[in-house]
Amino acid sequence: MRIVIMGCGRVGAHLANTLHRDHEITIIDRSPIAFERLSPDFSGRTVLGAGDDPDVLVQAGIREADVYCALTNRDNTNIMGSEMARELFHVPRVITRIYDYDREDTYHHLGLETICPTRESVRILEAMVTP
Amino acid sequence: MYIIIAGGGKVGYYLAKELLADGHEILVIEKDPRQVMQLSAELGEGAVMRGMADETATMERAGGSRADLVIAVTGEDEDNLVICQVARLRFKVARTIARVNNPQNEELFHRLGINITVSSTRLILSLIEQELPSRPFIPLVKLRSIGMEIVELALLANSPLIGKKLRDINLPPGSTVSLIIRDEQTVVPTSETVMKIGDKLIGFTPIAVEGQVEQAVRQ
Repeated sequence: MRIVIMGCGRVGAHLANTLHRDHEITIIDRSPIAFERLSPDFSGRTVLGAGDDPDVLVQAGIREADVYCALTNRDNTNIMGSEMARELFHVPRVITRIYDYDREDTYHHLGLETICPTRESVRILEAMVTP
Repeated sequence: MYIIIAGGGKVGYYLAKELLADGHEILVIEKDPRQVMQLSAELGEGAVMRGMADETATMERAGGSRADLVIAVTGEDEDNLVICQVARLRFKVARTIARVNNPQNEELFHRLGINITVSSTRLILSLIEQELPSRPFIPLVKLRSIGMEIVELALLANSPLIGKKLRDINLPPGSTVSLIIRDEQTVVPTSETVMKIGDKLIGFTPIAVEGQVEQAVRQ
């Protein structure tokens, strides 16, 4: 599959490192230093720029992408990048990380496929402290 | 009207000042505490609130559900988008206006239901384009609600329209020429008006056929 990842932080880089052998990965970040998190044998492509800028997305091959994952540390950037991927470039699968659970709720209802690490952490912690 | 302005920078401040003077109830939401102090001193305590306008809790405190209009004018496009979407979806605000820095984002915002977008970048660009010679086609203002656009056509020496009467010019359906600027004077054209080199035609065209109008003056 052709996968475009926005945000080369811990999660983005680790995901890219995990998937690059079996899939065609392009990872976008505004900071060149972020790409140092990728493993030395990373076989995918890196694109420098803002992942919610349509020009940068096109450069990253968004038109041919099967999956787009928005994983920057800013909720709103992830939301706008995802809506762009979905509305303008019709990417079949768009996954959005949103930390604010209230906002996750809103956008989940709007039809985005969302992950909320805050909610997940609380769920796991709750299970741990109240066995 | 009750108007919430998200973002208390220069745009937000002057907007609030003008709208307060017009007698509206205004609340500016700003995240930076120092900015909030400054704004409260100038606009009055009740007109400013500290908070993040993209958070539901802040909008609730601001009385988002009774707002007639939410205007998002922070410096970040993604924040303005989310502020407007949350206002619309969670608080059922009927009208939302967003400031857009990257003009390319305007289309996305409209598709996502933001009523009006304002791109200062695009406005400045179109002003510059008007001042530059040898641009035969300049989009001036888009009237989104009716799908029309006001455009300016400059007739250069090689324009195929020179010497033609207005009624003989083949413009796409729905397009009209409303005014001609000739030698710094305005001329209200009739179907018999003959086009001259240097004329600037101001007219309306459906946004959908913008490209055909541009073709008509270029060929």
